[in-house]
Amino acid sequence: MEITPDHIIYWQSGFFKLNATLVFSWVTMLVLVFMAGWVTRHLAVGPDRISRWQHGVEIIVTAMRDQIGDASRQDARPFLPFIGTLFLFIATANIIEIIPGLMSPAASLSTTLALALCVFIAVPLFGIQSLGWGRYLQHYIEPTPVMLPFNLISELSRTIALAIRLFGNVMSTSLLVAILLSIVPLFFPVVMQAFGLLVGVIQAYVFAILAMVYIASGMRRQQAKTDAADATVASEGQA
Amino acid sequence: MENLTELGWIGVISIMTAGLTISIGAIAPAIGEGLALARALGALAQQPDEANTITRTLFVGLALVESTAIYCFVVSMILIFANPFWNYFIEQAGGG
Repeated sequence: MEITPDHIIYWQSGFFKLNATLVFSWVTMLVLVFMAGWVTRHLAVGPDRISRWQHGVEIIVTAMRDQIGDASRQDARPFLPFIGTLFLFIATANIIEIIPGLMSPAASLSTTLALALCVFIAVPLFGIQSLGWGRYLQHYIEPTPVMLPFNLISELSRTIALAIRLFGNVMSTSLLVAILLSIVPLFFPVVMQAFGLLVGVIQAYVFAILAMVYIASGMRRQQAKTDAADATVASEGQA
Repeated sequence: MENLTELGWIGVISIMTAGLTISIGAIAPAIGEGLALARALGALAQQPDEANTITRTLFVGLALVESTAIYCFVVSMILIFANPFWNYFIEQAGGG
């Protein structure tokens, strides 16, 4: 029994293998690019002239911007392209799974590890951008230099945890549907697939929010004290 | 049970361990998630205005709690479908 799409190989030439994970990643990317191109072809302003598709996309983008702003407690604009892409990619990858014959590339550990590596690289990038080299690297030896290896391990382990969480969730859902399809009649697996749709979107949301939380924690470690002071002043001001 | 070879014993132990792993590994996160959900619902009932923050924090917390269950699931899947000892002993048997 195959538990990931990695084992389905469509084409092979020497070292290079074209497996189902790659093909369905490309399908996901094609769907996203095609949709983006098609929706943004006739952008309009004004209540009567906005198309339905533009409305839909605007709702998604606004919702993502608000969620990122809430999670990071700062301006969402620098993070929207990265976090939004992560969310849209994972959500689309999990949604195309309900089309028979297609599988979610997120059911393969290689895809989720690649996504988690993107987050792993993005955390120091955003951190250095906001704090500068010195103050960012300094947080690795906080509170004492003895903690250096543990800080490094925590950075690495949460990346791996991010990858395994998404992989495990998507793989377990698709495996569950496959097992149910083989032992019970059609109706119950259909219900499970609807459940899988929900799980897929929630996992995309969780992945994006966790990525945002990690990035924000990398940017804010030094500012924690001043933030707390600001919050106290602000709440006193409001009162 | 006399007919079981060494390979058979590895299979039996792997499957039993997989069952144990997922059963123990599912109980604790389930209790934890239940507690977290109960507290979050209580907080929602008291402060409906903070629904967004509470829901988001709940999801992130549930995801973190859930990951322990997911690790157990992955381990049991490895034990059943990709057992390293299984492959090693098949190689030994084939080679010897």
